Amino acid sequence: MDRRDSLKALIVGGISTTVLLDACKQPAKEGAENTENKDAKGPDESDRMDEEKLVNKQLREAPKFFNDNEMAAITILGDIIIPKDDVSGSASDAKVPDFIEFIVKDMPEHQTPMRGGLRWLDMQCLTRYEKAFKDCNHTQQMEMVDEIAWPKKAKPEMQQGVAFFNLMRNLTATGFYTTEMGVKDVGYKGNAPNQWNGVPDDVLKQYNMAYTEKELKECISFDTKA
Amino acid sequence: MDDIQIKKQPKKYDAIIVGSGAGGGMAAYVLANAGLKVCLLEAGPNYDPRENSSQLKQPWESPRRGASTKFRPFGDFDGCYWGWEIDGEPYTQKDGSNWEWWRARMVGGRTNHWGRISLRFGPNDFKRRSIDGLGDDWPISYDDVKPYYDKIDKLIGVFGTNEGLYNDPDGLFLPPPKPRLHELFIKKAAGNINIPVIPSRLSILTKKINKDREACFYCAQCGRSCKIYGDFSSSSVLVKPAVATGNVDLVVNAMAREVLTNRDGLATGVSYVNKADMQEYQVFGRTVILAASACESARLMLNSKSTRYPNGIGNSSGVVGKYLHDSTGADMGGIIPELFDRKRYNEDGVGGMHVYTPWWLDNKKLDFPRGYHIEYGGGFGMPLYGFNWDIQNLNGMFKVHGKQKEAGGYGASLKEDYRYFFGAHVGMAGRGEGIAREDSYCEIDPNVVDKYGIPVLRFHTKWSDYEINQAKHMKETFKEILHSMGAVVTWGGDDGAHNNYGLHNPGNIIHEAGTVRMGNDAKKSPLNKYSQSHDVKNLFCVDGGQFVSQADKNITWTILALSMRASEYIVDQMKKQNI
Repeated sequence: MDRRDSLKALIVGGISTTVLLDACKQPAKEGAENTENKDAKGPDESDRMDEEKLVNKQLREAPKFFNDNEMAAITILGDIIIPKDDVSGSASDAKVPDFIEFIVKDMPEHQTPMRGGLRWLDMQCLTRYEKAFKDCNHTQQMEMVDEIAWPKKAKPEMQQGVAFFNLMRNLTATGFYTTEMGVKDVGYKGNAPNQWNGVPDDVLKQYNMAYTEKELKECISFDTKA
Repeated sequence: MDDIQIKKQPKKYDAIIVGSGAGGGMAAYVLANAGLKVCLLEAGPNYDPRENSSQLKQPWESPRRGASTKFRPFGDFDGCYWGWEIDGEPYTQKDGSNWEWWRARMVGGRTNHWGRISLRFGPNDFKRRSIDGLGDDWPISYDDVKPYYDKIDKLIGVFGTNEGLYNDPDGLFLPPPKPRLHELFIKKAAGNINIPVIPSRLSILTKKINKDREACFYCAQCGRSCKIYGDFSSSSVLVKPAVATGNVDLVVNAMAREVLTNRDGLATGVSYVNKADMQEYQVFGRTVILAASACESARLMLNSKSTRYPNGIGNSSGVVGKYLHDSTGADMGGIIPELFDRKRYNEDGVGGMHVYTPWWLDNKKLDFPRGYHIEYGGGFGMPLYGFNWDIQNLNGMFKVHGKQKEAGGYGASLKEDYRYFFGAHVGMAGRGEGIAREDSYCEIDPNVVDKYGIPVLRFHTKWSDYEINQAKHMKETFKEILHSMGAVVTWGGDDGAHNNYGLHNPGNIIHEAGTVRMGNDAKKSPLNKYSQSHDVKNLFCVDGGQFVSQADKNITWTILALSMRASEYIVDQMKKQNI
């Protein structure tokens, strides 16, 4: 049973939470199915008021903010910040550049720091390597990034670059860890029907914690063996 | 624009209620169930959590990943329409005042997204002047309200534990959820320095209490409003069953303009603008019950001027709008190194804290007169916009898997850091009682109207040393607790005298109260002890406006109790033909 069906079952009411939780234990193929549904039906806006629907529509239809050169640099930087590793894919695998394109339109305060920061980076690269950042080779790009990626040891004249890279790191991480891939990577297990039965025993033991008798007597508990 | 005309509704109601939040929802529920005919006006659109909640949406289902907008200041998934600003509905400030005014526009009002913290006022909370000489005593006592708290506990459901604390009275509680891991850390750390931590008291159903609502399934998203009605929202728990009686006409998108009166000085109804067609309407009834929020109800009264009521209806005292006050608030956050690299599991729990700290000290030994409680947060939250923002301020401070790293960075090593720190944060928020003062008020701005032509409110509020000293004490306490649990302060630690110790602007905690207060003296208070206007016997105010003082308790449970009490009084008075 997937998330939406399970919620529907809860809403209709005829089904108890216990039955529901068993149903949810079956492996879900959620990701793929939900994406398909969404493409077919468009975004679910039953939770939006009219004013929001209008603004969201305007944002979806707004012209691009970043040009192709800027997007290329954002994609390269994003994948340097969040590369593919043993656990998960890269920023571009998670479509982080598209998120950054959206969010600067939704939060215009990011527009100038991003556009200006990218231009600052290109000017640095032009001076050093006679090429824009995206056209530099990998070694040159990493050399440049190392000048601005470490706030405490960066040279004073690199401070604007540090500020830009901090923002780029923030937007990339926010964009990545809020995708299905990123949520899985970081190991967030919630957002699903559950019966909270307290901290698992092995975890309590690990931290030398225990529930008091008062807590065990007073608090709600669920029979996990059922 | 079409010609404006005033459309008069021919049906005569027993009651016109303005606002569908905690106060208005409860009034509609009680009156409708007593067989009275009710017209319930709501300034926003219809809203049913079952249909309209964002519950269980994934972060990526918001294009902005849950970030806030002007429509949703608490984030894109939050269950409240509007907040600090509303397009076309300004408010203004006087003398450098910085009141922050939250306005919900939807059926159920702000109860759709609130924290569900459901605390009874204690015996002392009704008699503060007798204790410390400040403000005023209520005209009622805990014993007057206790029966209603009891009824509401049963009707709506609240979890908690009976601790036998004098000023944090016992109730009829459902079982609370067990503490989460960080809450066990907090409990132990606070206990070591003699600060009590007890199960929180939230109106969330850990057990089913009736056929219309399901028990909580622990998604931690009460703030989005609950599709199975597992928590209290006025929309789902009061308005919906009230409408189901057949005795309530719910009129949405109805922005109240004025309370109408007749030659005898009695309220006859309410005029409103319908936001959908921008036409003017009037509805009529035997009583008018204001529940539009403390400030909106005051605004409506002040705007209801006539020859008979030149200062606004029910305002012969001149007190309407005065004694406006909010909870105090100051916060701090930290990170617990012992929790780095935690084992993952679903610890969402209920929407909010499982434990809290009620006020535990004696003000006679302190440099401020009233108390505060502490709310706690932390653990594995859903990653949303802002997830581990500015990690460069964190990842150079601690060894990761035994290795000291340089702050900032990128790549696989950075990904390791995000995983390593996840779930180790903890936060605490003090919510306390400020003093209701005559010189803290809202009034009608003589120059400004909203898009409907209704004169707007102008605010004049500020904190005194009492509240500032209290915030200082909160901050010191938070530091002690964090220190006691081996946590490192990550935010809120730099506040000091230069910024009132991080004390939030008045209004920011969204517990506005006191503008239409009750009292036995008609010269000093607009309402009597039944939430009834001293001047106009068929006019009532059942929201936060009626509060004389607001305790260090979140005010919703008391709004519900007082509204139920006033509503039963109205039913009784109608039977006796007194109104």
